[in-house]
Amino acid sequence: MSVTPEPSARPSLQASDVARYVDETAPLIGLPIPPECREGVARNLAGLLAAGALLADFPLGDTETAPVFDP
Amino acid sequence: MTPADALGIAADIRARRVTAHEVTAHNLERIRARDPSLNCFTGVLTESALRDAESVDAALAAGRAPGPLAGVPFAVKNLFDVAGLTTLAGSKINAGRPPATRDATVVSRLRGAGAVLLGALNMDEYAFGFTTENSHHGPTRNPHDPARVAGGSSGGSAAAVAAGLVPLALGSDTNGSIRVPAALCGVFGLKPTYGRLSRSGAALFGISFDHVGPLTTSVRDLAASYDVMQGSDATDPVCADRPTEACLPRLGEGTDGLRIAVADGHFASRGEPEVFAAVEQAAKALGAERRVTIPENDRARAAATIITASEGASLHMDDLRSRPLDFDPMTRDRFLAGALVPAALYVRAQRFRAWYRERVREIFREVDVLLAPTTPFPAPRIGQDMITVAGEQVPARPMLGLYTQPLSFIGLPVISVPVAGAGPLPLGVQLVAAPWNEAALFRAAALLERAGVAAAHIAS
Repeated sequence: MSVTPEPSARPSLQASDVARYVDETAPLIGLPIPPECREGVARNLAGLLAAGALLADFPLGDTETAPVFDP
Repeated sequence: MTPADALGIAADIRARRVTAHEVTAHNLERIRARDPSLNCFTGVLTESALRDAESVDAALAAGRAPGPLAGVPFAVKNLFDVAGLTTLAGSKINAGRPPATRDATVVSRLRGAGAVLLGALNMDEYAFGFTTENSHHGPTRNPHDPARVAGGSSGGSAAAVAAGLVPLALGSDTNGSIRVPAALCGVFGLKPTYGRLSRSGAALFGISFDHVGPLTTSVRDLAASYDVMQGSDATDPVCADRPTEACLPRLGEGTDGLRIAVADGHFASRGEPEVFAAVEQAAKALGAERRVTIPENDRARAAATIITASEGASLHMDDLRSRPLDFDPMTRDRFLAGALVPAALYVRAQRFRAWYRERVREIFREVDVLLAPTTPFPAPRIGQDMITVAGEQVPARPMLGLYTQPLSFIGLPVISVPVAGAGPLPLGVQLVAAPWNEAALFRAAALLERAGVAAAHIAS
């Protein structure tokens, strides 16, 4: 369920940058990425980061979303 | 001949025109004959179903009340716990786990009402998909055209109902997974308000958006099954502590006093013409002339996608680390990518969710029921990656959630009704209400059914 976001004011992500992020970040959290998944993971993560870019500059004012925790 | 709906079957059994055993045996035989080509079921409970049916017959013979769904055959998406069965949730990984020791709360409530469980149904792995093209268990085929998908992730549930294998099935819906297959298979589907029905004993996916609900061939069955599943549940922290608000008694009320409008903008673009024609058909029958605009739906989808991927990955992190290649290739890369989303994006998406909820709350001060299409096109072919819709080539699978994802994002109650004669393949229209106002949806859906606009398509 990835989305195709609208163009953002931010510079578009380079596929090679996302692949490098995957290569460098995944081992740090103990998540080995099988070689046959590397391209697909980078492509999907690029979609998720682009979705995030759609939200980055959107004005949310003082919208508060602290989780309600009942001790 | 159109098979009877669930309440019709229950009435026949109570009146002793047929026994629960005969009904169960008939449905088991239909599953044996039809399911090999459709692939709805991942497990059939022949012995326990016949035993349960005999208990219903024994209760009737002894003069005991057998429950409102006495002898009604049903089946559940295989992410619901069923005592004695391993809860697969569409995966190969879970197949190595021990069987569940008790039923999920909603399964237990349906059984308590006399319904007879026939088995467990196919789905996208861990509910992460809209098509039920499951690589481990095979794709579920659309009963109206077996070359096409049933929709997903509750595809086995929708197809089993549409093929007349069971009159009632349970599904779950995180971004559209009840409504999309209900629409593509031509049956009714309810995604209630977030927190209305207990998720206890259901394998979760996106914990912020997971809902459970029924799929049926009639509005009254949707209401009857929903009514018996309602109620608080101490074993589910998300389930609201609210009294049952029975909807079955309200189906005849009509829509007088309900303010009904059509959602435009996002919900009136990027779909095939017959999709919008179906919405107009429903709008005309309901006398809905007003148009309202929900803002920022693409951002709502973006935020829902980030939250779903992050929460889904988090739930499966141990298996993603230790055995990633045992995941379905259809979900694996998306789960792995979800594990790498920066936390700040996730929190931002949750903040956007609160913003979007406020805008939609403002709309529901002026309107009681909104109409929108369920999907932008009818069922794609199995294996189809791209589709041309409104003149544009788009990825077929994610686009199926175009109109459903923003609504589950904020937990609104929605009924997807199948629209009669919408085209050669089934299509659905969503009826959407403010949180906790399922009753308004049922009144509108029942009116559409009486007017002949909404009708289930049962494949012979």
